[in-house]
Amino acid sequence: MTHVSNTRLMAETPLNMSSNPISVDPVPAKPAPAAKHPSGDKRFKILEVHMKKLQFKQDALIEVLHKAQELFGYLEDDVLLFVAHNLKLPPSRVYGVATFYHFFTLKPQGEHTCVVCMGTACYVKGADKVVAAIEKLAKIKPGETTPDNKVSLLTARCIGACGIAPAVTYDGQVAPKQTPEAALERVKAWLGN
Amino acid sequence: MQIDDLIAIAEKHKDSRKKIILRTCMSAGCMSSRADVIKKNLETAVQEQGLDAEVEVRRVGCMGFCGQGPLVGVDGLSAKEKLFEFVKPEDAVSIVSSLKGGKCDVQVGNPDHPFFAKQTKIVRINGGIVDPEKIEDYLAIGGYQALHNALTEMQPPQVIDEITKSGLRGRGGAGFPTGLKWGTVAKSPGAKKYVVCNGDEGDPGAFMDRSVLESDPHLVLEGMAIAAFAVGADQGFLYVRAEYPLAISRLQIAIKQAKQLGLLGSGIFETPFNFNVDIRIGAGAFVCGEETALMASVEGKRGTPRPRPPFPAESGLWGCPTLINNVETFANITAIINRGGDWYASIGTEKSKGTKVFALTGKITNNGLIEVPMGIPLRQIIEEMGGGAPDGRTVKAVQTGGPSGGCIPAQYLDTPLDYESLGKLGSIMGSGGMVVMDDTTNMVEIAKFYMEFCKDESCGKCIPCRAGTAQMEHLLNKILARQATQRDVVKLEELCDMVKNTSLCGLGQTAPNPVLSTLRFFRNEYEELLQPDTYGPGQTPTETAKK
Repeated sequence: MTHVSNTRLMAETPLNMSSNPISVDPVPAKPAPAAKHPSGDKRFKILEVHMKKLQFKQDALIEVLHKAQELFGYLEDDVLLFVAHNLKLPPSRVYGVATFYHFFTLKPQGEHTCVVCMGTACYVKGADKVVAAIEKLAKIKPGETTPDNKVSLLTARCIGACGIAPAVTYDGQVAPKQTPEAALERVKAWLGN
Repeated sequence: MQIDDLIAIAEKHKDSRKKIILRTCMSAGCMSSRADVIKKNLETAVQEQGLDAEVEVRRVGCMGFCGQGPLVGVDGLSAKEKLFEFVKPEDAVSIVSSLKGGKCDVQVGNPDHPFFAKQTKIVRINGGIVDPEKIEDYLAIGGYQALHNALTEMQPPQVIDEITKSGLRGRGGAGFPTGLKWGTVAKSPGAKKYVVCNGDEGDPGAFMDRSVLESDPHLVLEGMAIAAFAVGADQGFLYVRAEYPLAISRLQIAIKQAKQLGLLGSGIFETPFNFNVDIRIGAGAFVCGEETALMASVEGKRGTPRPRPPFPAESGLWGCPTLINNVETFANITAIINRGGDWYASIGTEKSKGTKVFALTGKITNNGLIEVPMGIPLRQIIEEMGGGAPDGRTVKAVQTGGPSGGCIPAQYLDTPLDYESLGKLGSIMGSGGMVVMDDTTNMVEIAKFYMEFCKDESCGKCIPCRAGTAQMEHLLNKILARQATQRDVVKLEELCDMVKNTSLCGLGQTAPNPVLSTLRFFRNEYEELLQPDTYGPGQTPTETAKK
């Protein structure tokens, strides 16, 4: 959080964004005149428009972070500082909120995500065995991503799909009544082995 | 918008309905089994078989029998509805041809099954009937008429009186009398007041609120509007978990539609009453179900609770009087206004009125949502409606109230379900999660599961909860690893007592409940895992088992 100063966001000259691993837009030679963020990354512009729609209200911080995570996939320092600057909030407050809520992630996710619901209903029906099977196959623990960046394994507290327990969300799609075998099949396909 | 216009829209919509209606459940549970494809295939099949003139395929919310999903209900074919279970997308053609007497192998459910027959529906009355994305469907069953009656024929104190008379108690878990809460907010001085709907259904194993929001969003919005009129608020917030994307999108649609018809916004029904609702999306923090933490989150802050008093009714959002009720509480309001507080009070027990929705899950044959009158014996739910444990197992315990509740052992299954009886057993009504455990379930592991949950979800503001839950989890792990002695159990009990009595908010105060209730009823399971005490008083235990 400390390696980027807040004033960098207001810098006139574009910063080299080649270090940004998930930047999808090529860095333009000149920053677009409307984009406030020096990188010229269009996603910052979209985020700014979203904040404007919310009238830059400080209490809209959580909605803004949701939008930011939707755009960037995760909340990197630059994004948090950009939000802090625009909502006129201290970066500590933005960082505090981003780290408080489980839904926000400060680490990039893998190409595919596998979220195993560990709610009580799923747990008593063997969700822990599903997690264990995936852990063994992908050699990662919940919250981690495989070294080749293919798969992230996550657990959820309860996704409210208790009637079809155990439930696993593969890339945003909920799958009902999962067994370790069914889960391994999906993850194996992603890992390509 | 006048009431005549409203009725005209409803009548027009009723007239446009076709003779046979194929209701496809498109709630989160069935959607995960490709209910959207099923609906599309049904529509294609209806067209291909030339039945468009008489058959309509409708998107509906949760029908309740989630374990048998995806479900497709048929209305208008015979006197009784027909319910197809475990429907697959490729079954669409045969389901449609069965309407004309064709052969169909899809499993048909029994509408007289106790799972359905024993229910009394107030909150879930429209679940599985109306299209949650069409306001006309809600209007056609008399929607928003209760709001009209309240605005034009009642004064705010009368509305509150009616709610008080109904005996409705908060459905979020604590069971605080709703009428009393409304009265306090109404009396609190202040020009600006807020109404907040708590849809942060965090208890693992509970999905009643998700289902209500996904299946019948207007019922909740109407309840909130009536509440706002009664307490004098003009702004509402609906706090929904980010884990419920379908509920969020359906609420957004519902709010937009209600605004377009002038049922939300300024000058509702051409009265001076204004009411707007904004959605606030949670971000995955269990503690935000606690009302002061929820308010902090609505204000865009870390969801940490604060001491009460002042209660939100006096000083809530941005210091203004704020009414906070649970989704299910708001969903009861319309029925109470339409049918009267006395009618509502005639259902249930002396101190617990009305109905309660439960999410029946875990090791039980019939999974799903049920709405039953308060006071129904637990045994009826588990054995008759739920069909007992599957695979020839026996039910060992029923967990109610999530991480704040307790486990009710099988020998107490005749307990009537009401706030007081559950409290006596060391559990709580909670929001309505009911997880059934069979004889293969290790109760110490369940206690550890909940303690781990509470440790992770503790916001860290007060020490008893932050440090206490971590220590209790450590002790439970030690017991499970067969490294603990009787002394550790004593220590665990002391910690439970301390955390319960000294924590700041409900999360910490109730975190020890799963441990206490399993210790109370399943102490033998703990003792089987203990090592004998091999040291005298004053000696430190040797960690022999530690490798």
